Amino acid sequence: MSASKRTLGQRLFEPSAIDRQSPAAFVITYALLFLWALVVLVPLYWVLITSFKGAGEVDNGPFYIPFVDFQPSLAAWDFMLLQNYTLGPYLNSVIVAVCSTILALLIGALAAYALVRIRFNVRLAAVATFILLLVAVIVAVAGLGVTWPVASIVAIALFVIALFTFVSRTQAAVGNSDIEFWIISNRIMPPIVAVLPIYVMFQQLRLLDTQVALIATYTAVNLPIVVWLTRDFFAAIPKDLEESAEIDGASKLRVFATIALPLVRSGLVATFLLVLILAWNEYLLALFLSNANAQTMPVLVSAQNTTRGPQWWNMSVLIVVMIAPVVVIASVLQKHIARGLLVGAVKG
Amino acid sequence: MTASAEYSPDIRGTRGWAEWLDRHCGPIMVLPAVLVILAFAVFPLIISAYLALSRFALAPGGFTLKFIGLTNFRKLLTGSQQYHLLGNFGALGAMQWLLILITAALLLYLLSRYFRSGRVSIVGALGRLLSAGVTMGLVLTAIATTAMGGVPGTIVNTLLYVVIGVATQFALGLGLALLCGRPIRGRNFFRVLFFIPLMVTPVGIAYTFRMLADMQKGPFAPLVQAIGIQEWSWATEAWSARLMVLVGDTWQWTPFMFIVLLAAVENQPRDQVEAATLDGANGFQIFRDITWPAIAPVAATIVLIRLIEAFKIIDLPNVLTGGGPGLATESMTLHSFIAWRTQDLGGSAAVGYLLLFISTVVCVSFFNFVVQPARRHET
Repeated sequence: MSASKRTLGQRLFEPSAIDRQSPAAFVITYALLFLWALVVLVPLYWVLITSFKGAGEVDNGPFYIPFVDFQPSLAAWDFMLLQNYTLGPYLNSVIVAVCSTILALLIGALAAYALVRIRFNVRLAAVATFILLLVAVIVAVAGLGVTWPVASIVAIALFVIALFTFVSRTQAAVGNSDIEFWIISNRIMPPIVAVLPIYVMFQQLRLLDTQVALIATYTAVNLPIVVWLTRDFFAAIPKDLEESAEIDGASKLRVFATIALPLVRSGLVATFLLVLILAWNEYLLALFLSNANAQTMPVLVSAQNTTRGPQWWNMSVLIVVMIAPVVVIASVLQKHIARGLLVGAVKG
Repeated sequence: MTASAEYSPDIRGTRGWAEWLDRHCGPIMVLPAVLVILAFAVFPLIISAYLALSRFALAPGGFTLKFIGLTNFRKLLTGSQQYHLLGNFGALGAMQWLLILITAALLLYLLSRYFRSGRVSIVGALGRLLSAGVTMGLVLTAIATTAMGGVPGTIVNTLLYVVIGVATQFALGLGLALLCGRPIRGRNFFRVLFFIPLMVTPVGIAYTFRMLADMQKGPFAPLVQAIGIQEWSWATEAWSARLMVLVGDTWQWTPFMFIVLLAAVENQPRDQVEAATLDGANGFQIFRDITWPAIAPVAATIVLIRLIEAFKIIDLPNVLTGGGPGLATESMTLHSFIAWRTQDLGGSAAVGYLLLFISTVVCVSFFNFVVQPARRHET
């Protein structure tokens, strides 16, 4: 069909070639995309310009464009970054997020690799005995007043005896997929259920309100995601390379570090970024486990709701400095994220 | 190949430790992860279970824990705290009865289909009965408390955020992914831009939307006043406050759905799409027969990921509305947090456990009955 014979309706609604779009579809597509771009940008824009406002500009009704209907000032930035101690929480956030992410990635990738490549056969009876003894220890310590060193030594002794007597005679075992499911299912657990005992635990260890406590906890809550995603990356790479290296005498750990890890780089970057964002923005656990010393940014932001009402300009500064670095990192690594998450989601 | 792993004796001597490590590397590699989860999940869960069954009280020089059995749970489900967790039940009208009957019929149909399938196992049957029971209970609670005269409690609020929130985010994310998957210019720009909200801390989002929705000083204030609304505030009415929480949550999480679905859309078989286009298939037919089957497993999995996270929502309602007006926006995690703040540690742990129970049943059911079939269908 030549173009001249097409009616107006056909020209509007039918594509002129494959991989092209009709003009109407073209317009609608762009209109919708720009609409959502506005939805994304308006809140960000408003936060950004509010950070250059003062009490006067905020209270005297909305002003939209800097230099045109209000004079931007750096007062809030000066107040939050130089006069107030924002740097402390900021550093805390950076240290906690980066350290916990690296730790979670390390521990999680190790476990995921082992679960993909090595066959496990843990006897069900051993697991059941372990859990029962754990419950017994807790009841004995909390309810009956036994000191915990005594209780744990007795429990370990009982566990060893059990291993050598009836456990070795049972057949039922948990395999790799059961262990995997168990690790991943821990992500379902709402942090609010676990946070109180964790609080008490760190109180006993005198680690409350330290970065160590937050790093350890964040590592634990993000570990299931790391295992979930990385196991699929490892499962997707061909076994041959690793096997030939093993025949040449390299140990499993060596193969993991020198062959398997580099092969899943893209996926690791995606996982790293996702976990980093989760740790960077985490609120509930930080609220419980940190106070003045190890306070992180989300807690600081939420604490801006003072008795005089929220001071929007100061808060906006905090939000902007919190978003900026992650946006930069994520925009640079954006391609990896999509690819990495896709593998995880297809096979997960 | 003759390169068999024969160590010479002297190497074996110097490498005794390394060899031991190599032989036991499996357990050694998994052990750190297992220990971390034992310390931060299993152990706290057992302690929390103990707390949920006790009454906590401050005493001179410390505190006392008194074992009181299921009293905390009874208080929440049938006693003085019922209004808080479940809400107040309203009078059921014809519409409500109809919805209840439809749900019950649907569940019975699914159950009967399973029991007549000839592949019935004890675990499978018990699991399905549990799933059906919990679903029916949740649906009943939701319908009864949103009926005339009823007031939803924190369970229904949480379900609202989970069901409506995740569904909206999925629909928007899928729509945007399909738009961005078209051959257009500027795809990368949109892709990076649309991703940004995911990275904003939820606390920050809460404050941002409070600023935006300010009826006196926000950017939309002139617009709102032009329509003639002067004194009204979204924060004072239950449904508008809930809507604000949903809007903030959707703004943040649509990008997650978008980014993964876009990758899946771009991975769909291009040759099939081209062949279908040549054969004159329209956009909807291509979506139904090619795109959707290709992305269904991914779609099911990311919805599961979002379901898991959505049940934990606290920061947004806590900062945006403080759980108010009344209890209107309070999620279960926030409920538990508030109970903790008033030193009702037993009640707090009990709410946490109920949340754990509900989210486990819902997420595992979703995994078994939606994600697994979607993946099997593909292979």
